[in-house]
Amino acid sequence: MDLTNAVLQGVLLGGLYAIFATGLSLVFGVMRIVNLAHGDFATLAAFVALVLVTGVGLPVWATLLVVVPVLALLGYAVQRLLLQRALSPSPLPVLLVTFALSIVIQNGLLEVFSSDQNRLRLGRLDTASLHVGAFALGVYPLLVFVVAVLILAGLALFLSRTRTGRAMRATSDDREAAQLAGVDHRHVYGVATALAFATVAVAGVLSGAQTSFTPSSGPSLLIFAFEVVIIGGLGNLWGSLAGGIVLGVAQNVGAWVDPAQQVLAGHLVFLLVLALRPQGLFGRAVPA
Amino acid sequence: MTALLEVRDVEARYGDALALSRISLEVAEQQTLAVIGANGAGKSTLLRCLAGLMPVSAGQIRFRGESLDRVPAHRRVAAGISLVPEGRRLFASLTVTDNLLVGAHQRRPGPWDLDAVFEALPLVAQRRDRYAGALSGGEQQAVAIGRALMANPELLLLDEVSLGLAPVVIKQVYEVLPAIKAAGTTVLVVEQDVRQALAVADEVHCLLEGRTTLTGPAGSVSQEEVARAYFGV
Repeated sequence: MDLTNAVLQGVLLGGLYAIFATGLSLVFGVMRIVNLAHGDFATLAAFVALVLVTGVGLPVWATLLVVVPVLALLGYAVQRLLLQRALSPSPLPVLLVTFALSIVIQNGLLEVFSSDQNRLRLGRLDTASLHVGAFALGVYPLLVFVVAVLILAGLALFLSRTRTGRAMRATSDDREAAQLAGVDHRHVYGVATALAFATVAVAGVLSGAQTSFTPSSGPSLLIFAFEVVIIGGLGNLWGSLAGGIVLGVAQNVGAWVDPAQQVLAGHLVFLLVLALRPQGLFGRAVPA
Repeated sequence: MTALLEVRDVEARYGDALALSRISLEVAEQQTLAVIGANGAGKSTLLRCLAGLMPVSAGQIRFRGESLDRVPAHRRVAAGISLVPEGRRLFASLTVTDNLLVGAHQRRPGPWDLDAVFEALPLVAQRRDRYAGALSGGEQQAVAIGRALMANPELLLLDEVSLGLAPVVIKQVYEVLPAIKAAGTTVLVVEQDVRQALAVADEVHCLLEGRTTLTGPAGSVSQEEVARAYFGV
């Protein structure tokens, strides 16, 4: 693989990372909640898809029709029944709740599925590639990238054009003022979490078809999502895509230099951004 | 006439500190009541209790004869109570138009929509596409009033509308009040500026350190009475 190809693959991988990051960013942006179980919910989605593929015989794409609504409902319930009760002026209680959720999910999955490596098989799509000039692009990574762009565009439209999207932005600006305008902030929080879980479900399933996963894959996915959010700039949808691409390219170029250093290269670029431009590439500096 | 709003022996506390002590008042339909008082008299606390942002520790608030106990803030907007909060509290990252549209979240029917608000508040119409965070104080106050009107309230609560504004701007902002009253809206104004309050109100209610010190028709209270009630001298 030459360098240009490594960069191209990295760009495509960035789409997947952007989907991971956008849910994390949404939940933080609207509720100021850092969901430490974000990656674990992605793994959970991948395992549910695995059961549907191996047990029911659904094709991978069709599992999304089940997994996404189920995770969205789960997200609404988790917000209303768990996180809402832990919300307080201090960020600590809710952080601890999500940390606990992370542990519960990992151990629950370990109990049911053991620590074996799993992967969602796509059949022919696994190896199909497009030849563009001298480059060979995988059809599947290309599809994932397109899905990522569609998800981000859909979210952007939802936030800017719909009644609930407007209420969400308003609640993020000033919760009390939104209540005074007639917005039920708890419902808005539930919808935001449902959307975040829906996106993390897509990310979990798509990623599970691209790389193998185990019950303990969540935390490393969470780290990538964090890095993307920081690189792209918090609360910026298209920043997430840019951040995802930067991280994907850094990892792939790192792997091109030395296959053992793929993840390290991503972390180094992340640290570099954090040191030089802490508000992220597209974020606004937060006034003191 | 039946009272639209009935406040009976209401108490409110911040921790151990009593902010409101057995406050009772009534506002009749289509009337304007001014609640006046110095800083810390409990005016804003009273409005927060009415809007549902703060629980009362004793007493009762009734709207159209129905108790508002346990009715959360957003349901009170649906019932017809809107508060223009102290300090405007606009959604800074939203445009003026989006701020107004959030105000219409409950979709309460009534005379106010975007066009009606733009017509009544030219200050808002001129800035409709700007971000609310980029407006001047007077413009922000006008948008805050417009946002509350979008909910088509029966009872509009105005908290310190004149605070921090230049006199000429205060005049501009208060110019909308006749149009609001003409739409049949009952208004409760909270003001530090006594003259402004007495000019717009039918009834006046003065608070001092959480207690009622004076009530009466705005036209018949004397300046000395008000001064005594206001400063407690």
